[in-house]
Amino acid sequence: MERVPILKIGDVLLVSIQIDLQDQGVLALQEDLAERISTTGAYGVIIDISAVDIVDSFIGRMFATIASISKLFDADTVVVGMRPAVAITLVELGLTLGDVRTALDLDRGMKILRVLGKQRRGSFAVTDDFAAEEVL
Amino acid sequence: MAAESEGIHRLTDLLRANADTLIDRWTALASSAFRGRLTTNELERDSRELFASLLPVAESDGRDLTSGQFSELKSMLAELSRGRARQGFTPSETASSVFALKQAVQELTEAEEDPALFRQVMTFSGLLDALGLWTFESYSRAREEIIKEQSEQLLELTTPVVKIWEGVLAVPLVGTLDSARTQVVMEKLLEALVETGSEHAIIDITGVLAVDTQVAQHLLKTVVAARLMGAECTVSGIRPQIAQTIVALGIEFGDITTKASLADALRHALRSEGIDVVRRRDGRTS
Repeated sequence: MERVPILKIGDVLLVSIQIDLQDQGVLALQEDLAERISTTGAYGVIIDISAVDIVDSFIGRMFATIASISKLFDADTVVVGMRPAVAITLVELGLTLGDVRTALDLDRGMKILRVLGKQRRGSFAVTDDFAAEEVL
Repeated sequence: MAAESEGIHRLTDLLRANADTLIDRWTALASSAFRGRLTTNELERDSRELFASLLPVAESDGRDLTSGQFSELKSMLAELSRGRARQGFTPSETASSVFALKQAVQELTEAEEDPALFRQVMTFSGLLDALGLWTFESYSRAREEIIKEQSEQLLELTTPVVKIWEGVLAVPLVGTLDSARTQVVMEKLLEALVETGSEHAIIDITGVLAVDTQVAQHLLKTVVAARLMGAECTVSGIRPQIAQTIVALGIEFGDITTKASLADALRHALRSEGIDVVRRRDGRTS
């Protein structure tokens, strides 16, 4: 069974799907991804599906599942590069992506994660200040 | 039998011998129907070609046009009536150019008192009737082709995707929306989003005459599909009556942004891109 590689770029994990995913592959990817997020502590996951021509409901659901998994590790998920035909299929199937954010391409996806990450770090900074004040 | 076959040959011989007079007369009769919209030269050329391929089959009664001997004549007539249909002639004008030969032949054989020849002329006239009907059939087929082509062209024409700003696309929809058209709009818009890398799309429905639940459903699908691809879609130009219909039908647009006019939608798109349009301080245009 082919496995989808998960690449780490900074604090972001990049999953680029270049093969025809079978159901087994989807499950393996979900497992691998959960493993990697927990070990790396990434704050964002990007799923690049610009090479995916055909989707079924199972793969459609995978995005929502991955997003939910990432959410548990406090990471955001962005699906990038969805082809028009794929988007139409998903709409016709009546699938929603839940918490998943979408972007036209990888570049824009990274930008979204950067903004979200900044917000998150911003909020960390506030609590840090607060803690510092308390210490003082 | 011998007498009859002699008679048949007589008609063919007669036609062949008088070919030029017949064609002239035929052309004259046919051109009176076209009232100068087709030059006599063109008409004569057509008549001559038709006559040449008609001669070998002049003996048959035309009851079975599907047989192989008619194929050349049929394709010639089909070509002719297709041309006439495109030039805007009426079906009866087109068919009467075939029927005109009947009168020409009748005038030629009137003086003859041979009953065998008369029978053959009747049969020949039956053949011409069948050919006239075939002309009519090809004419209407050609018309249907034209209508089909035009509706396809219309479909292409009425769904342009235009870029109105860097990263902002607009689709001005005009006319009635049905499933086929909405499908085309959806596909073209999504393709254009990818091609241009635009993050905003505006679907302007100012020119849409009516919105029912199905049309609304299609619009929603388009917006959701665009969102799946990472682009934001705004619907603009909902007219007052349509707004009332939408509310009366209980159609929910959910969290889809709707704006009154294309200008508002553009401003909204620009703002979310971080662009503000402001008047210059001196207030002058240049």
